[in-house]
Amino acid sequence: MSKIRLLSLQLLVAVVMIGLWQLLTTVPIFGRLLLPPFFFSNPVDVGSQIVAWFSSGVIWKHLAITLWESILAFAIGSLGGVLFGFWFARQPTVAAVFDPYVKMANALPRVVLAPIFTLWLGLGIWSKVALGVTLVFFIVFFNVYQGVREVSGTVLANGRMLGMNERQLMRHVYWPSALSWMFSSLHTSVGFAVVGAVVGEYLGSAAGLGYLIQQAEGVFDVAGVFAGMFVLSAFVILIDLGVTVVERRLLVWRPDAAHQRV
Amino acid sequence: MQAAPAAPLATPWAVELDDATVAFRLADARVYTAVERARLSVAHGEFVAIVGPTGCGKSTLLNVAAGLLKPAAGTVRIFNEPLTGLNRQAGYLFQADALFPWKTAVDNVAIGLEISGASRAEAHAAAQKWLTLVGLGAFAGRYPHMLSGGQRKRVALAQVLIRNPKILLMDEPFGPLDAQTRQIMGNLLLDLWTADRKAVLFVTHDLEEAIALADRVVIMSAGPQSRIIGDWRVPLPRPRDIFEIRLEKEFHTLHREIWSVLKDEVLKGYAQSTGETSAV
Ligand SMILES: Nc1ncnc2c1ncn2[C@@H]1O[C@H](COP(=O)(O)OP(=O)(O)O)[C@@H](O)[C@H]1O
Ligand SMILES: [Mg+2]
Repeated sequence: MSKIRLLSLQLLVAVVMIGLWQLLTTVPIFGRLLLPPFFFSNPVDVGSQIVAWFSSGVIWKHLAITLWESILAFAIGSLGGVLFGFWFARQPTVAAVFDPYVKMANALPRVVLAPIFTLWLGLGIWSKVALGVTLVFFIVFFNVYQGVREVSGTVLANGRMLGMNERQLMRHVYWPSALSWMFSSLHTSVGFAVVGAVVGEYLGSAAGLGYLIQQAEGVFDVAGVFAGMFVLSAFVILIDLGVTVVERRLLVWRPDAAHQRV
Repeated sequence: MQAAPAAPLATPWAVELDDATVAFRLADARVYTAVERARLSVAHGEFVAIVGPTGCGKSTLLNVAAGLLKPAAGTVRIFNEPLTGLNRQAGYLFQADALFPWKTAVDNVAIGLEISGASRAEAHAAAQKWLTLVGLGAFAGRYPHMLSGGQRKRVALAQVLIRNPKILLMDEPFGPLDAQTRQIMGNLLLDLWTADRKAVLFVTHDLEEAIALADRVVIMSAGPQSRIIGDWRVPLPRPRDIFEIRLEKEFHTLHREIWSVLKDEVLKGYAQSTGETSAV
C-alpha cells in the first residue's frame, strides 16, 4: 500500500470515529441520545477544552512536569537496571541468591507502592519518579542480564583469542551486547516511565497530566477527562517517535533495525 | 608474558600435540572421549590440513591448540613451551561467525591492535590496509550483517592476521561458502601465507581443498576416541594456483590414495551419527 493511501485511510478512521461520536452525542435517534453527553461529552467540547489549555498556556506546566518525571524515572531506572543486570550476570552466585526476591518484587503490581512512595517522598515529583523507576528498572534489568548472558560463545572466544583481558571483554563484548538488548526494549521502558509518572500523579499530586485528568474527573468534567487523555496520547506518541529516532541511530549494526530504515 | 628469544633452529615445531586426549563430561555424567592420544606436530612455516568426517573432533583439536580447551591427558607445546592458558602466539579463524556485530568492518579489524595499546588512528590505518589486502578496501564502514558470507570471512581473516600471529588456526574457514568463492579465498589465503609463512593448522572436511592448500594432510578417524590415522606429505610445487592444481596428475594420485583411507572413516562416521540417534 502506498504511503499516501495508508495515511488517508488512517485519517478516515479518525474522521469516522469522531463523526460518530459527535453524531451520537448531539443528534437524538428515536427521540433520545444514544451517548448521553454527561458521560461521553462530545468532540467539540473536548476540542475546545484542549484549545483552551494550550491558548491559556496552563497545559505547558503540566506537560513539563510529567515529562521531567518520566525522564528522571527512565534515567534512574535504566542506570540501576544496567548496573544490577551486569552485576548479576557476571556473578551467578549473587543472581542465584537474589533470584526469588527479584521475582517477588517484579510480581508485585506497582500501583500498591504508590501510597508508600507518597508517604516516604511526599506529594512532589519524587514519589512519581520512584513509581516509574520500579517499572523501568525491571525491564532494563532483565534485558541487560539476558544480553550479558547470551553473548555468543564464539564471539567471546574470538575476543579472548584476539588478546582481550576481562576489562576489554567487558567493554568490547559484554557491554555492547547488553546495550543492544536494553535498546531493543527502549519503547517499553520509556512507555513505562510515562505510565509510572501519570499513575503517580493521578493517585495524588499537585501538577502533571495525571493530576489534570484526576481533577477533571473529581468534578465530573468528562470533557476535561477526555481532553487529558488525548493530550496524554499525543505526548506518548511524540516521545515514542523520539525513541525511534534514537534507536535507529544506536542500532544501525542490527539487521532488523537497518531494515526498518528502508 | 615474556617474549622468549628462542633460537629458530632449536625449536623446529610451532605446535606439538603429544598424545593429547580430550574428553567431555556429558549432561548425564558420562564421559565422552572425543579425541584419543592425538600426536601431531606443525613446523615453523608449515601448512598442515586436518581432514576427517564430521564430528570426529577436528574443532576440538584446534581448540586444544588454541588453549581454549585443556586436554584430559597429554601435553601441548607451543614453540617448545608447554601451553598453559590461552595460546598467545596463535590467531584463530573460527568455524562460526565470530566478528563483533556491533563494530564496522574496519573497527573489527582494528580491535586486535587497539587492545594491545596502539592508538586509534594507527590501528585504523593498519586495518584499512589489511581490508584492502583482502579485497574489501571499499567496505570499511559496513557492519557484518551488511556483508556477504565470503566478505565476512575476509574480514575475519584480516582481523586475525593484523596481529601477525606466528601460528594460524583455521576451522573450516571456507565451509559455508560456494565452490567458486572457496577457490578464490583459497588462493587469497595462499598469497597471504606465501608473503609471510606462518605455521598453519587448517581444518576442513574437503579433501581436495586440503591437498590443494597444504604441505601435509592429516587424517582423523571417525569418533568417538578419534585418532590421527594418516599423515601425507603433499609433493606439489609452490607457488600453487588451486584452480590449476586440481588438474595435475600427482594431485589425483594423492587424492585417490588418501581417499581410500578416508572413505571408510567417512562411512563409519555417518553410520555412527545415524546409529547414535536411534540408540538413544
Ligand atoms: N562441549 C561438548 N560437550 C560434549 N561433547 C562435545 C562438546 N564439544 C564437542 N563434543 C563432541 O565431540 C565430538 C567432536 O566435536 P568437534 O570437534 O566439534 O567435531 P568436528 O570434527 O566436526 O569439528 C563430537 O562428537 C561432539 O558431539
Ligand atoms: Mg568443527
